[in-house]
Amino acid sequence: MAQDLYRRPAPGQHPPHRVDAYKSTPGRSPRKPAVALPQTLSEITGPRLLGERLVVHGRVLDEDGKPVPKALVEIWQCNAAGRYHHPGDQHDAPLDPNFYGGGRARADDEGAYQFVTIKPGAYPWKNHHNAWRPAHIHFSLFGPAFATRLITQMYFPNDPLLAFDPIYNSVPEGARSRLQASFDLEATRPEWALAYRFDIVLRGRNAIPMEDEHG
Amino acid sequence: MADGLTPSQTIGPFYWGTLVSSYRADLAPLGVAGERIELALTLRDAEGAIISDGLLEIWQANSHGRYNHPEDRRNLPLDAGFEGFGRASTDATGTARFATVRPGPVPWPHGGMQGGGLQAPHINVSVFARGVLNRLATRLYFDGDPALAGDPVLKLVDPARRGTLLAKRDAEGVWCLPIHIGGAHETVFFDG
Ligand SMILES: [Fe+2]
Repeated sequence: MAQDLYRRPAPGQHPPHRVDAYKSTPGRSPRKPAVALPQTLSEITGPRLLGERLVVHGRVLDEDGKPVPKALVEIWQCNAAGRYHHPGDQHDAPLDPNFYGGGRARADDEGAYQFVTIKPGAYPWKNHHNAWRPAHIHFSLFGPAFATRLITQMYFPNDPLLAFDPIYNSVPEGARSRLQASFDLEATRPEWALAYRFDIVLRGRNAIPMEDEHG
Repeated sequence: MADGLTPSQTIGPFYWGTLVSSYRADLAPLGVAGERIELALTLRDAEGAIISDGLLEIWQANSHGRYNHPEDRRNLPLDAGFEGFGRASTDATGTARFATVRPGPVPWPHGGMQGGGLQAPHINVSVFARGVLNRLATRLYFDGDPALAGDPVLKLVDPARRGTLLAKRDAEGVWCLPIHIGGAHETVFFDG
């Protein structure tokens, strides 16, 4: 018999099905041992996200280049076909049942964050005739204060749709490119995922403290 | 990249499920000190039409007037379980609801030697929606509060527009504040 692809857990690692002190378990635990099943394709295959795997990472900084430690970073995006897992999205593109499209992470002490996701597709949005959003990932950030709150979108370099997108082009020309991630060969995972880097700069602090503090 | 502020972009219509999954946020678990209040914030566009895909966030001091944040170094009590932040989506009637406690007054730090004093109790509000490219920040004050007359922030606002910041109590006691993004009743927004 061929060897199983996945190791079987050694005894004593998972809890038993029945633990009487947890009173819901006696009525919800099989009594007979599970039948030992040699692994087949049915066991060694499973659902995978559709699309091009990406590592999206970067740092949350302030305008002085200082990291924003422990910044909360939230993202949401459509799937590889350009469809959001959202009842309001009526675009005629397939939903990926394994891709929800939302993520949340806290940056580390150096402000560094990382997500593993798939590359979002472009999607039409009816703003004008034949309007397509360039591929993008929505980002929501809390810096240290109410004043530093930011919601934005990350775009991909060299996307031909950028030139035609009124949302991307709403940003003054000199600042627009800050919304483009950069391809990051160093962070790619060979044989597995491409990588993009997106650093986010939140409002910095003035050097001078407020004129007087009360209380 | 990374020189200069990251520009803002619209939240778009599809944030539900990631940023929020509720039309009502409860900020104050049982046991938190202060007068319990309900807020109903209704979002409208420049034509007065309901905005049913907006996101509202609130940030406030506790009932003692203390923010749960390291910048607030005053010796006032913090309440366990009360952070002061809440987030809710607007529903089919354009309304986002919050259950919280009435905040206390917080200091006004500007104005040099003659300055100081207190701001009237208020709740800071962030507005996000499809079609809104930059976060809109406003404040909710409580109609009828005697402290309003001396509030230094309201003094910065055209008297004819101050009413756009005043929540009023309805028959059920809910504090209601319409937020108009444009139009004849445009809400006062701040760039703090
Ligand atoms: Fe989008």
